[in-house]
Amino acid sequence: MVDLSVSLGKLKLANPVLVASGTFGYGQEYEDLVALDSLGAIITKTITLRPQEGNPPPRVFETTQGVLNSIGLENPGVEGFIQEKLPILQKLGIPIVVSIAGENPRQFACIARRLKNIPAIAALELNISCPNLGHQGLIAQDARATYKVVKAVKEASRLTVITKLSPNVTDITLIARAAKEAGTDVLSLVNTFLAMAVDIQSSRPRLGNITGGLSGPAIKPQALWMLRQVFKAVKKIPIIGIGGIVNTQDALEFLISGASAVAIGTANFVNPRASLEIIAGITKYLKANKIASVSKIIGVLKE
Amino acid sequence: MIIQGRYKIISNKKVGPDYFKMLICAPNIAQQARPGQFVHLRCTNSSDLGSDTQPLLRRPFSFHRFNQNNFEILYKVVGQGTRILAKKRQGERIDVLGPLGNGFDIKPTSNQQRPTTILVAGGMGVAPLLALAEKLVDANRSKILVLIGAKTKKAVLCARGFRKLGAKVRVATEDGSQGFKGLVTKLLKDILPSTINYRLSTIYACGPKSMLQEIAGFSDNRKMPTWACLEENLACGLGACLGCAIKTQLGYKRVCKDGPVFKLQEIVW
Repeated sequence: MVDLSVSLGKLKLANPVLVASGTFGYGQEYEDLVALDSLGAIITKTITLRPQEGNPPPRVFETTQGVLNSIGLENPGVEGFIQEKLPILQKLGIPIVVSIAGENPRQFACIARRLKNIPAIAALELNISCPNLGHQGLIAQDARATYKVVKAVKEASRLTVITKLSPNVTDITLIARAAKEAGTDVLSLVNTFLAMAVDIQSSRPRLGNITGGLSGPAIKPQALWMLRQVFKAVKKIPIIGIGGIVNTQDALEFLISGASAVAIGTANFVNPRASLEIIAGITKYLKANKIASVSKIIGVLKE
Repeated sequence: MIIQGRYKIISNKKVGPDYFKMLICAPNIAQQARPGQFVHLRCTNSSDLGSDTQPLLRRPFSFHRFNQNNFEILYKVVGQGTRILAKKRQGERIDVLGPLGNGFDIKPTSNQQRPTTILVAGGMGVAPLLALAEKLVDANRSKILVLIGAKTKKAVLCARGFRKLGAKVRVATEDGSQGFKGLVTKLLKDILPSTINYRLSTIYACGPKSMLQEIAGFSDNRKMPTWACLEENLACGLGACLGCAIKTQLGYKRVCKDGPVFKLQEIVW
């Protein structure tokens, strides 16, 4: 019997596999296909204070081994989330991580306060790294801005706070350290890479928003190195590794490199059961190598 | 209920330059199928995600025909995924996700009403409309007119299939190599007033956006109920990622879940 449980701060998960924000909606669309209560946790699509319409189509385009998306945080807003989406999420029987986003620390804190005292919600993931929102820079590209947002949320909420980092930076460890100093309980990385594709027949960008965020197997090597850098730079902060994980081997690479858990995103589009297969695969790996618990392999990369 | 599984290919036949029909044995998907719905297929050489992600995403294909055991898709080879699909053989298994989408609304009518149903297909738009025609015949629609538009004679598909169902078929080719010379929308505009009592007509259309937009302007004027089967870049196919959203009078809707069939007048172009 292997022990798959992991701790992300105060948040205890039955296994180290979550589904990534934006790829799984609010849990409803996959219910015919996936035994949702077997997942470690679900990270919801990001919600904002007010409803957002999202970006003009086309919003997705396939690239080599990847997906470009410019959804633009279409969501029903925090009130719409509470009324329409939460009731379904509450029945799932697994920890719910609500992804939240705002333009400034006040908005983040406001959403955090609104989500207080809801038993099914186990944690908040701060989406400071969505590259599809049009304005100047991402909060996650600025250490001070990151610090302020995390601090504001920590003051407004007693939930476990996960800060999701952007790879569109020169030194991700600076942002990670700022989040740690502000009190983040957990880090998750990476969000998508800013990217573009062009239709040569029309000489137009493939996406209505021109740019989008790249995800999928193409970004895995970069995501993995960023994870490793952050693991070494911010000891003792658990990290959720995200970026191009499609199978058990990928997930193990992230765990060995320092991730306490992994989130599966784009893979869900190709194989809705990818996360469940990865949970089974990790179990098989541990048994075959006579390792009693998954926590024993976290960060054991020999350098 | 949406199902994902690996199903046996019964046949995969070439039916024209770059056009193929694949017949798949999948009773628990076929039995739920409705015209206008689609399946999301993995188009890799092997269906094991771990070893083969080239190309990465699934590709969507409308139900072309279906019965209690099998469903058939009609597809054109346009890129990497469909090229791999065309090479698959009888007996191989293919990973299918479906049925997806909302399907056409077909209300059974009495013979006394005898409404005219007009199907307008642009190019590959014939694919879902054949399944629709079969169901319309089952629902007692005896006056079915099918307009097929294509660039050239070789690209005209399924004319015989529609005729076999008892539908009247008119063809329009851009180069005049078969039937009416010009766009199928011009054919529709020309024949409507003289041929049919258009106040009793329903139009179902599937084809390029430019074709649908043209029909939208025209059918608005005459207030005929018109439905369109749309296509958009898809990622998840399940309604979760919001990637396939299109603008409608009621805000953004998902082509894979709220569609692919929409009231034509609802679409904001």
